[in-house]
Amino acid sequence: MTSAPILLDVQNLTVEFMTRRGVVRAVQQVNVSVAKGETVGIVGESGSGKSVTSYAVMRILDRAGRIAEGAITFSGIDVRDAPESEMRDLRGREISMIFQNPRAALNPIRKVGHQIEDVLIEHVQASPSDAREKAIEALRRVRIARPEERYHAYPFELSGGMCQRVVIALALACQPQLLIADEPTTGLDVTTQKAVMDLVVELTRERGMSTILITHDLGLAAAYCDKVVVMEKGKVVEAAPSRDIFKSPQHAYTRKLMRSTPRIGVDLRDLLPEDMPPPAAQVASIDAATDKAPLLVVSNLVKEYPRQGVSGMMAQFFRRKNELPQSDVFRAVDGISFEIRKGESVGLVGESGCGKSTTSMMVMRLLDPTGGMITFDGDDIGAIPAKEFAKLPKRKRIQMVFQDPTDSLNPRFTAVRAIADPIMRLSDIRGRAAVRARCEELAGQVGLPEDLLDRFSHQLSGGQKARVGIARAVALNPELVILDEPTAALDVSVQAVVLNLLQDLKASLGMSYLFVSHDLNVVRLLCDRVIVMRAGKIVEEGLTEEVMSDPKTGYTRELLAAIPHPPL
Amino acid sequence: MLRQIGKRFATAIPSVIGVIIVTFLLTRVLPGDTAAYFAGPAATPQAIEEIRKTLGLDRPLPEQFVRYVKDLGRGDFGKSLTTGQPVITDIAQRLPASAELTLLGLIISILIAVPLGILAAVKQGSLIDHACRVVATAGVSLPVFFTGLILVYVFYFILGWSPAPLGRLDIYYSTPPHVTGFYLIDSLIAGDPGTFRAALSQLILPAVTLAIFSLAPITRMTRASMLAVLSSDFVRTARASGLSPRRVIVTYAFRNAMLPVVTTLGMVFSFLLGANVLVEKVFAWPGIGSYAIEALIASDFAPIQGFVLTMAILYVLLNLMIDMLYGVIDPRVRLEG
Amino acid sequence: MNRRPNPETAAIAVTEPPLPTLAPPAAPARTSAQHMSFLAHARYVITDNPVTGIAFGMFLVIAFCAIFGPWIAPHDPLASNTGSALQAPSLRHWFGTDQLGRDILSRVIVATRLDLAIAVFSVALVFVLGGLSGVAAGFFGGWTDRIVGRVADTIMAFPLFVLAMGIVAALGNTVTNIVIATAIINFPLYVRVARAEANVRREAGFVQAARLSGNGEYRILLTQILPNVMPIMVVQMSLTMGYAILNAAGLSFIGLGVRPPTPEWGIMVAEGAAFIVSGEWWIAFFPGLALMLAVFCFNLLGDGLRDIVDPQRRT
Repeated sequence: MTSAPILLDVQNLTVEFMTRRGVVRAVQQVNVSVAKGETVGIVGESGSGKSVTSYAVMRILDRAGRIAEGAITFSGIDVRDAPESEMRDLRGREISMIFQNPRAALNPIRKVGHQIEDVLIEHVQASPSDAREKAIEALRRVRIARPEERYHAYPFELSGGMCQRVVIALALACQPQLLIADEPTTGLDVTTQKAVMDLVVELTRERGMSTILITHDLGLAAAYCDKVVVMEKGKVVEAAPSRDIFKSPQHAYTRKLMRSTPRIGVDLRDLLPEDMPPPAAQVASIDAATDKAPLLVVSNLVKEYPRQGVSGMMAQFFRRKNELPQSDVFRAVDGISFEIRKGESVGLVGESGCGKSTTSMMVMRLLDPTGGMITFDGDDIGAIPAKEFAKLPKRKRIQMVFQDPTDSLNPRFTAVRAIADPIMRLSDIRGRAAVRARCEELAGQVGLPEDLLDRFSHQLSGGQKARVGIARAVALNPELVILDEPTAALDVSVQAVVLNLLQDLKASLGMSYLFVSHDLNVVRLLCDRVIVMRAGKIVEEGLTEEVMSDPKTGYTRELLAAIPHPPL
Repeated sequence: MLRQIGKRFATAIPSVIGVIIVTFLLTRVLPGDTAAYFAGPAATPQAIEEIRKTLGLDRPLPEQFVRYVKDLGRGDFGKSLTTGQPVITDIAQRLPASAELTLLGLIISILIAVPLGILAAVKQGSLIDHACRVVATAGVSLPVFFTGLILVYVFYFILGWSPAPLGRLDIYYSTPPHVTGFYLIDSLIAGDPGTFRAALSQLILPAVTLAIFSLAPITRMTRASMLAVLSSDFVRTARASGLSPRRVIVTYAFRNAMLPVVTTLGMVFSFLLGANVLVEKVFAWPGIGSYAIEALIASDFAPIQGFVLTMAILYVLLNLMIDMLYGVIDPRVRLEG
Repeated sequence: MNRRPNPETAAIAVTEPPLPTLAPPAAPARTSAQHMSFLAHARYVITDNPVTGIAFGMFLVIAFCAIFGPWIAPHDPLASNTGSALQAPSLRHWFGTDQLGRDILSRVIVATRLDLAIAVFSVALVFVLGGLSGVAAGFFGGWTDRIVGRVADTIMAFPLFVLAMGIVAALGNTVTNIVIATAIINFPLYVRVARAEANVRREAGFVQAARLSGNGEYRILLTQILPNVMPIMVVQMSLTMGYAILNAAGLSFIGLGVRPPTPEWGIMVAEGAAFIVSGEWWIAFFPGLALMLAVFCFNLLGDGLRDIVDPQRRT
């Protein structure tokens, strides 16, 4: 690997941004080199400067940013000082980039085929006469079925994974030497993620291209890259071959990041940073849970929505005669049944649109089911309309931790007011002092420093906001707590801490969890049993260890295979 | 394609129904005697009774409404007391004058505003950008009748460049033979450059007044949406693919940025049709706005009702056209449903 | 027509797009932003954009004229003196005199109260009615939404100034009716803004959390939604003040509402219009200028307020 000639060399790169509060150095003294044919991963949490580094390489920093120091050399060309016209030749032809959120990365009102043609013609890789043919060929190369038809498609007519393939086709159309992939799989479903990553690797290997993979996911980087560069707060803290970085991480930050990445064969406690002592009370909840009475029984639950768009008289009137009338309803949840026992954690796993969130909303009694029963501790709570349920005493027995900690806190409320809200509405605690005392007690339980209680949500960090959300959810000593992707918006190191907190709280307060997530790897850490959903139905259900080690259905196997496996 | 147009027409039906109901309600459910309103201030009790009979005001409300709709269907908007003609005839005669003025104003405005907005966004923070901001904020603050008067003072009284602000054509010229009702077009059809020039010189000041008025919202919207599009992901992709700045701005940014601008046009039309009334008064322009003002002064209600209704129907039609234009630009709307 | 992004606010209040994609992600800047208080931010916006400060100063002057106008006017605004008619601006009559010899400066100052009052009352009226129905429509959805939306759409189907003309003509030619007409034509703007703001928060995490905490829907509307919608509505109010003033002045320009000899900017411009062609520019110019400055001031204030309130510009 080391013998191959260096294609891209970044030396002492410093990027500055002019902001309202003066100059901010987003990237400081960064060194990265990429050899021909090499795949380099740049890993870091949000705000680490990993994307800025790649934009500097392409020289597409926005107006406020500039390269303050350092040199960037791409196959002999000085990128920092090259004239704009030369850079334009480089972009797309020698260095290409693929982005996260592929749908937004494509012009929404231009046919995807034309967008590929634009690039081909710009770089004189095609003439107007054969551009179409070459564009179709580019689509075919990224394994898009029926490329002649897709050529005419607009981005909104394609799925997310398909859009990412188009973006890849666009990036590879001119056979560049270097591909920069900036979080290429974020926002895609796990199975699509794997397909996209495999495609990128295969195509770049075929062509002997170099790749820079920018990601927050150390596991992903280690699985696909030859070399990994770890960044923290604008600086490179470690750069090593991926095999070594997993075996013997040198820098404390890498170790922390690595430890906190959920991976096969690792227990929840192992994710915590080295300097954080494991909690004293290790409760063996799994054995205790299994033979208890069911707390929640869901049977044959159904939720239907009217189909979007065509409906009503007008549509009937204008419908073509030979068109078949569509079924007017869409079943988001299609007759599912499961139960949760007291003290048990159950994971509800599936890709976006599988109906898991709809299910949790119904169980939560925020949404009325179309059919089926929801029995909580012997009562059929599914029959009570959601609007009335809010005022019943039963309300406090089922609570929820929301997906986005920011969105779940009212921006005009302080943390303490958010936590106090359920206490004042539904508990017996009365009086300012008593409520405040209870909030402080809860803050202690979730590890939120008391002096943060009087802050507004925008003055708190993501992890702190998550703690406020958890404190509010457990404030009424609920028996069932639904966790709706509680860590999806958090960095991995924060995720590890929050997951551990949830586990401890469950043990000390004797709650049951319904953990809704798209990520089997995370669910595995917290749950005794998992339920796998797809298209509104349950495809597999069983003890976590059994499902993970011996999946019964093809779909579960596919989900498991999609989890990146770092070399160990 | 025909189906698409049909669908869009269908979306305008509720608006038309709403407009008809509101104009009906404006006259019937209000305090005072509707018959007296329509008969005018100088009417005798017998005349008022007669009006009451012809309008069916002694009948129950739903029946009145049915009759009202039927009358509208026949093109019967009532009779103007001042001109003695059916309102529909008056409006048909005067509409081209208003339309010519409004359209020219809008065209001038778009020709200046869109490039200005784009330049301001592309060269963000530059002199043009600042100029654009001043235009945008000052423009919305200018009372349109005030701008008109200042233009008259400067270009007529001081400089003497433009003719007196009195109507569409100087009295020395004769009206070109009626084809479209637009003097500019009709005079060209008639092959009469003298009349064309005369008509244009009368038209230019009021049209510029309207243009100044509508410049601000269009510039502002163009700049804002262009800025939003320029910082969007797909423009970043286009840049990262090495497309030339021209291509990025024209093919990628411009068309997307035009979507909100086209949308804004609906609101601009709403303002323009209102401002038109004021400008017509300032320039003694013989359009339907002046007609309505004359009727207001004479307390002649039928023309006012006819005017409001005509303007509203026009506006609904304009919105319909904007919707179709939007559909042409944006495939997502085209394929919906 | 409904699916397009709120077209009606666009012309008056074009929201500035968010800052470019590559916001510097460095940590120190963020923490300092987090601790910035609202007041500090307001001060920042005013110092960063001195125009807002100037607008605020202008506002104080206008408010002063509106309250103390009759006492500070140098002459009686209604006293006519044919001997001194149509005099150009001079030391005695700073803004000149009109065709009846009345002092234009005094008339302009005294008119402030009436013009402002019409705007304030109409905006307050529509703020309450439009704001509440919009929030209710956005939050409850369903029938409430359909009815409110239909009413707003019907009003929007008219060119707004034309509708105002029709309303005043039908209701009767009074100042009160000008206030009502101005409120009615502003109704859709308020409904759309309030509706959109309430609607995006309807299923927000914190609203769901409030439901879980045992709050009823009305309570959530009052304690969770309204406080969040309010700042944006206040900005909207400031932005439509200018429009309301323009609209009222336009109506009196064509002879609706205020009647002579009452001093009012629109009617004064109308009176002066006849004299423009003969060169007596000051009769129309000064009231027109006052009108323009007042509207300009409110538009700038609205922009400044939006910068203070807009969360996108806030961190």
